[in-house]
Amino acid sequence: MADIAVPRRRSWTGWRFVGPFMAVFALVFLAPIVYSIYLSLFKNRLIGGNSFVGLDNYQQALTDPNFWSSVGRVSIFLVVQVPIMLFIALLVALAIDSGRLYGKSFFRISIFLPYAVPAVVATLMWGFIYGTQFGLVGNINDAFNITLPDPLSPSLILTSIGNIVTWEFVGYNMLIFYSALRTIPTTLYESAEIDGAGELRIIRSIKLPAIRGALVIATIFSIIGSFQLFNEPSILQNVAPNAITTYFTPNLYAYSLSFSGQQYNYSATVAIVMGVITMVIAYVVQLRGTKES
Amino acid sequence: MTTMVTAPERTGTHKSPLTPRKPRNRKSVVLTLVTGIALIYSLIPLVWLLINSTKTQDGLASSFGLWFDDGHFALWDNIRETLTYNDGIFVRWLGNTLFYVIVGAGGATFLAVLAGYGLAKFDFPGKKGVFAIVIGAVAVPGTALAVPTFLMFSKMGLTNTPWAVIIPSLITPFGLYLMWTFTEQAIPTEIIEAARVDGAGEFRIFFRLAVPLLAPGIVTVLLFSMVATWNNYFLPLIMLKDPDWYPLTVGLNAWNAQAQTAGGDVVFNLVITGSMLTILPLLAAFLLLQRYWQSGLAAGSVKE
Repeated sequence: MADIAVPRRRSWTGWRFVGPFMAVFALVFLAPIVYSIYLSLFKNRLIGGNSFVGLDNYQQALTDPNFWSSVGRVSIFLVVQVPIMLFIALLVALAIDSGRLYGKSFFRISIFLPYAVPAVVATLMWGFIYGTQFGLVGNINDAFNITLPDPLSPSLILTSIGNIVTWEFVGYNMLIFYSALRTIPTTLYESAEIDGAGELRIIRSIKLPAIRGALVIATIFSIIGSFQLFNEPSILQNVAPNAITTYFTPNLYAYSLSFSGQQYNYSATVAIVMGVITMVIAYVVQLRGTKES
Repeated sequence: MTTMVTAPERTGTHKSPLTPRKPRNRKSVVLTLVTGIALIYSLIPLVWLLINSTKTQDGLASSFGLWFDDGHFALWDNIRETLTYNDGIFVRWLGNTLFYVIVGAGGATFLAVLAGYGLAKFDFPGKKGVFAIVIGAVAVPGTALAVPTFLMFSKMGLTNTPWAVIIPSLITPFGLYLMWTFTEQAIPTEIIEAARVDGAGEFRIFFRLAVPLLAPGIVTVLLFSMVATWNNYFLPLIMLKDPDWYPLTVGLNAWNAQAQTAGGDVVFNLVITGSMLTILPLLAAFLLLQRYWQSGLAAGSVKE
């Protein structure tokens, strides 16, 4: 589409604007990718030092039960948390866009606010709230003399993390959907009403198809976010050391391998394998999302 | 001002910006109440934080989480203690964070606006390649790059310096994408051609003509890169060893982790008050700059 808007002759002038970005981009995106591929082909042994091992590290990663258990965990997270979060975000966006809410700008800005809260603060805050000692969960237990299930126990920790992530990003996704809804011409609604279409029919036949692009983009970003899960489990480790292992998520695993285990080569391999898995899934979602329209 | 802010949002999709939208809809109490559940969910933890920043360490344990501790209003004491604890390290962390945000987010916005303008308004050799690489990079998990970046930076002697945090923050593919679509809509190519005919240089055209027209987009990108830099945790966590260079996020977590180490000073009241002080500037920025970033985002979403 850019080519239509720019009937200019080709010249190198554009590089003066794009060049600085690309230079830094090469340093912080391309170089680390190349370097980690290089690292993944070597192995550092106590005896013999650094040596080229070909695809040995990849073979190790593909048969590593810890790695696959972390991939399984983020996959469950992805399949459960992402649809719930996007569904709530969509409902709120449709409600605000319908114009039937009292104080709709208050709703819009308030639900978006958690996005501005750092993941660290969000996790510390929820970590306190989850606490059975002096958290809100503990308060409720004392007040009603009951024992709620401990949100920080191994069986519930993934759900608790899901809640934190949902809290952080519902508003952000809502805003993306809402912005897309706002671009639908009102004339479409008017003619639909003349045809006797109800609100639900308008949502199904006009609104949802119109914001398909936004839905696909939000889904892809959420998939990437799920596979990158690190901050929340890493910080909750302080309050739930038994529930969160060093290989709880792929990123946490790569981090532990590097900084506790000094296994840099293998850590780089894990990061690459995870990056490839993420890209493939994001690409498939994008293809499916755009094909059907 | 108003027209400038709202114009890109409506380009080609709306008959007239002056027509009030859907006056036919009646307000619904039921829908307001149902959506209110999401509102309460979003606000309760923030209310919890605010209330509990007024409690002492003992009060945290002895009083109900969603109400004040009777007779002990320790907010001002907590703030004073947060700012002075450990020789005022919190203030140092705040300063570090501001520095990372100004240089990192400011630089990121500048690079994105420049490159977005270049992509939107020029045809140059390798343009398709630039576009493909940058879009592809969005799908690469950023944190997966962090470990290799750390190893590379440590070879270059950059780790444990502010540059290790700032340089990776300078790139925002999302910002570039937003500025690219925004520039296409907000700046007619004819204006640029006219300025060229008048003999203005390319950078003069950019700074004098384009930048003012791009204001809502620039504010949006700036705000979102500010959030990303201010909230950054993983990158400074691995890059920095010296607490003197910590940003607020890493510092706060260090305070919280202190309670778990044997003999460590338990300072949950400071963690909570510090958390509150950490989020206030960002919440204020978002509230005050609402009309700018909301129209900027809307313009970006037109093109999907």
